[in-house]
Amino acid sequence: MYRLICIGASWGGFDAVSRLLSDIPEDVEQPIVIAQHRHRSTTAGALADLLHLRIKRPVQDVEDKTPIEPCRVYIAPPDYHLLVERGSFALSVDERVQYARPSIDVLFESASHAYGPAAIGIILTGANEDGAAGLAAIKARGGVAIVQDPGEAARRTMPDAAIAATAADAILPLEQMGKFVYGLCVETAAN
Amino acid sequence: MASSVEEQAARDDVDEIELSLLLEGVYRRYGFDFREYAPASLRRRVWRRVHAEGLTTLSALQDKLLHDPACMERLLLDLSINVTAMFRDPTFYAAFREKIVPLLRTYPFTRIWIAGCSTGEEVYSLAILLHEAGVYERTRIYATDINDTVLDRARSGVFPLDKMREYTQNYISAGGEQAFSEYYVAKYDGAQFQRSLVENVVFAQHNLVSDRSFNEFNVVVCRNVMIYFDRALQDRVHRLFYESLINFGVLALGAKESIRFSPFEDRYEELDAAERLYKKVK
Repeated sequence: MYRLICIGASWGGFDAVSRLLSDIPEDVEQPIVIAQHRHRSTTAGALADLLHLRIKRPVQDVEDKTPIEPCRVYIAPPDYHLLVERGSFALSVDERVQYARPSIDVLFESASHAYGPAAIGIILTGANEDGAAGLAAIKARGGVAIVQDPGEAARRTMPDAAIAATAADAILPLEQMGKFVYGLCVETAAN
Repeated sequence: MASSVEEQAARDDVDEIELSLLLEGVYRRYGFDFREYAPASLRRRVWRRVHAEGLTTLSALQDKLLHDPACMERLLLDLSINVTAMFRDPTFYAAFREKIVPLLRTYPFTRIWIAGCSTGEEVYSLAILLHEAGVYERTRIYATDINDTVLDRARSGVFPLDKMREYTQNYISAGGEQAFSEYYVAKYDGAQFQRSLVENVVFAQHNLVSDRSFNEFNVVVCRNVMIYFDRALQDRVHRLFYESLINFGVLALGAKESIRFSPFEDRYEELDAAERLYKKVK
């Protein structure tokens, strides 16, 4: 039974993130957490506001110790690392990892520690290699590793790096990803 | 496949045991108590030290820590340096100028505590702001940190030259009134800030985990420090701040921290909700 869906995308990945989120049916109750690279001066809450227009789930920027609750979408605030503890989030202002804060690696690795085989990691488009080590950490602890098909990603560096770092469970075009996640989260649970 | 996952789980179990033994050892040997730090970021920081020492396990680091105080110094730096910037979050400083300075003006003399000041970027930023607002002369700033080494750096007032462009931008966004470059001189090893900015600053070692309050303050600034603590420790530090503030004193937290859900939530009212400024009202 999966308990947390983690999504990583780089700058420019907004369309991919919002497409994926609107494709995940509402009966998927697992909380979804997103680390997307942004410029540090980005207004806090801007990404949440944009996503809010496109999807029905409640979307929020994470604050320190925000509890992780079902059916919600959580976003790493600009210029903080977002980490997952058991049942809640934590933030840090440690140095950038691979030039990124929030770092996808930091989010995914902490999620793999807190949720082990119950974590799902998804790497979308991006122009650097952040997220590859994090996805490998999720996979190493028995979680699910999903990567956007590099051939159709706006920038393929990040999906390529993720595929090189671990044996992905699925490499999919964006349009099939929502259905795949639904299969993992709802159909698997029903069987 | 399943077996490699099981092996990883076994390694993780061992890591967890090792980390808790290491923290226990550090506490008993050196008195620094990191046992109630938030585990996810603590684990990352300690592992970074393992690798930086050329080691491969937490137990090996524990061994080195217990026998080599210099290694402990380095770990303490890892755990206490909070990466920050001058005028980080310019809107916070704008709110400080607009909402806290008028309160300070109503007192003949005021004390501000910057708790967890790290390398001092926030101290110099606030000193500049208070100076421009004309209240610096009657203010004393107490800047404390757990770590003596970072306090020395903060005292020196030298910051990297290549940061000055970013800091200048922040300063302007925060409503700075002068040319930022008037506050420092460029030297070969960095930007040396004016000594007069720290004339009324007392730098002192203080451990939020174990030390008590040492004065009464009009303002306590503690931004992005408690995010490294777990809930129970946060609650204790909130008590410390509550007891250290005068009535109608102000607590200033980081942009993503909140007084909500703390046991002292109802003792404060919001002075500026977005900038996390809270006024003690009972």
